[in-house]
Amino acid sequence: MPRTAFDKIWDAHVVRHATGEPALLYIDLHLVHEVTSPQAFDGLRQAGRRVRRPGLTIATVDHNVPTTPDRLLIRDPIAAAQISALRKNAEEFGIVLLDMNSGRQGIVHVVGPELGLTQPGMTIVCGDSHTSTHGAFGALAFGIGTSEVEHVLATQSLPQQRPRTMLVRVDGRLPRGITAKDLALGIIGTIGTDGGTGHVIEYAGEAVRALSMEGRMTLCNMTIEAGARAGLVSPDETTFAYLKGRPYAPQGEDWDRAISHWATLATEAGAAFDSEVRIAAEQLEPYVTWGTSPGMVVPVTGVVPGPQEAVSDSEREGVLRALEYMGLSPGTRVDQISIDRVFIGSCTNSRIEDLRAAARLVRGHKVHANVRALVVPGSEAVKRAAEAEGLDEMFRSAGFEWREPGCSMCLGMNPDTLAEGERCASTSNRNFEGRQGRGGRTHLVSPEMAAAAAIAGHFVDIRRWEGAG
Amino acid sequence: MESFRSHTGLVAPLDRANVDTDQIIPKQFLKRIERTGYGEFLFFDWRSDAGFILNRPEYSKASILLAGRNFGCGSSREHAPWALQQYGFRVIIAPCFADIFGNNALKNGLLAVSLQEPEVTTLFERAGRAALELTVNLESCRVSGKDFDAPFTIDSFARHCLLHGLDDIGLTLQHESEIAQFEAGRPLWMPTVHGD
Repeated sequence: MPRTAFDKIWDAHVVRHATGEPALLYIDLHLVHEVTSPQAFDGLRQAGRRVRRPGLTIATVDHNVPTTPDRLLIRDPIAAAQISALRKNAEEFGIVLLDMNSGRQGIVHVVGPELGLTQPGMTIVCGDSHTSTHGAFGALAFGIGTSEVEHVLATQSLPQQRPRTMLVRVDGRLPRGITAKDLALGIIGTIGTDGGTGHVIEYAGEAVRALSMEGRMTLCNMTIEAGARAGLVSPDETTFAYLKGRPYAPQGEDWDRAISHWATLATEAGAAFDSEVRIAAEQLEPYVTWGTSPGMVVPVTGVVPGPQEAVSDSEREGVLRALEYMGLSPGTRVDQISIDRVFIGSCTNSRIEDLRAAARLVRGHKVHANVRALVVPGSEAVKRAAEAEGLDEMFRSAGFEWREPGCSMCLGMNPDTLAEGERCASTSNRNFEGRQGRGGRTHLVSPEMAAAAAIAGHFVDIRRWEGAG
Repeated sequence: MESFRSHTGLVAPLDRANVDTDQIIPKQFLKRIERTGYGEFLFFDWRSDAGFILNRPEYSKASILLAGRNFGCGSSREHAPWALQQYGFRVIIAPCFADIFGNNALKNGLLAVSLQEPEVTTLFERAGRAALELTVNLESCRVSGKDFDAPFTIDSFARHCLLHGLDDIGLTLQHESEIAQFEAGRPLWMPTVHGD
């Protein structure tokens, strides 16, 4: 019977499966950051347990770190204590920590792939919901809570119920100006923020095949916003080419062995999924979220919807509440919404291709007088690469702030936050109430749309942007 | 883990869908390294509104939270179930829960019960009219109260662990030899950060 990539990865990782119990899955890679790990390490200490496989575990600091040049000085004492706890835990339990100024620090979902640690066919977990990002490589990667972090540290395995599978097939090619982020937002707008609950989503079709690895990471990253813990793309030549030569990628004969294994992983023709969704790529547009859930999304050419379009009382309440929080009136044209802030960064859109795309749009322009704009590279390696290409200068001369790597304003655990009532065009993944700062108003967009909004002071259709393309 | 068999308590109705974990416990409280002390920060931003359900005196003793669909969506922060539990909730009832939240709740002995959407609607109507007390029984898998009785389903293994308050790390470690055997068969070219 033809099998899906998910079936193959799952079956290859079952350590044991007793009747009436969840399967015990082996975990190939465990990524750790400062926020969701301290209680797990405490649990190990209290029970007298060790980390079973420190070599399959790697830690970095990303959520709390400041992004200003003096970032080593963490002024928030509670954040400093949390980072210091991770340093001590890494030392005590023998885990490699990619600390600030190591040259390899960055957002956990940026550093795993760029170091070549994320590889096809692996099971990957992290105490972070955006672990779905790593599925771009044809890995089974999902976010877990702190109790599960402790479980994986102690046993290198995790009891799991087998999820259902969903195929999202994107037929045709993405039109000019439509990015992986727009594809992700378009899919969430179609299936809803709980459309993927209980499922692993596989993305397939011509438009997905044509995406670069970084585009696939953006797409898989947003899978959790559709309710699915994991999203993946069957590995192919694009995947292998990205991995070749990276620090932790197999070398020499090992590379050949790895490739021949990876080549067996893709979903076979005729493999069955529990559900299927089809998306027509040519119908996608640049999207902007208008509300407080990633499913509240409209094309940039559209208008802010009203409560009359809701299908239930509960949804109507939700729309009214979102409109009030966002300070928007139904019928307002999206391209007439003015913004105060721009954030280009996060595990969704902070990689080199994202920064290149945004930089290309701002060249020769100035950030609008009413806008403060921030670019936060995803990792120290991305920052170095961008600076080597002169992207930092392009951003700086246009009036953007060029920062040090971290999660930054995606969730505002560090000092980068929105003030009450400020409106932000953001390349991040969540527009929840207060996500970027209490009372802050977030509109999710692609890096190109964020860059153009920074210049214009309001949303613009980048398909009409001078020199776009 | 705390065991759970049956709980009877007052229902607080939070009639909103897609309640995300950023609302349940905002990010500024995630910097702490302890596992306790989150209860007072539950729904921190929403509680600045005097009319918010948990600010109303009639719900001050509520131990069952009734909510709309997709409760607990967003971030994987286990601080969300910690905050709910430490505030005093033992049970959350909703039409459906986000996957990671549901797992996290179960690991902490906080029972996340999915009922059918019409049943949840009925409960919202009743809780809106007068104080509503419900009994949630994990042994019989039923939610019951005055003129209300509905079954719910829950993964049988999770139910077993909850009923007996089992530590699942301890359970997994009983199978250490099988883990070691699996490890011995892993390809050597797979990445390790350092030789361990």
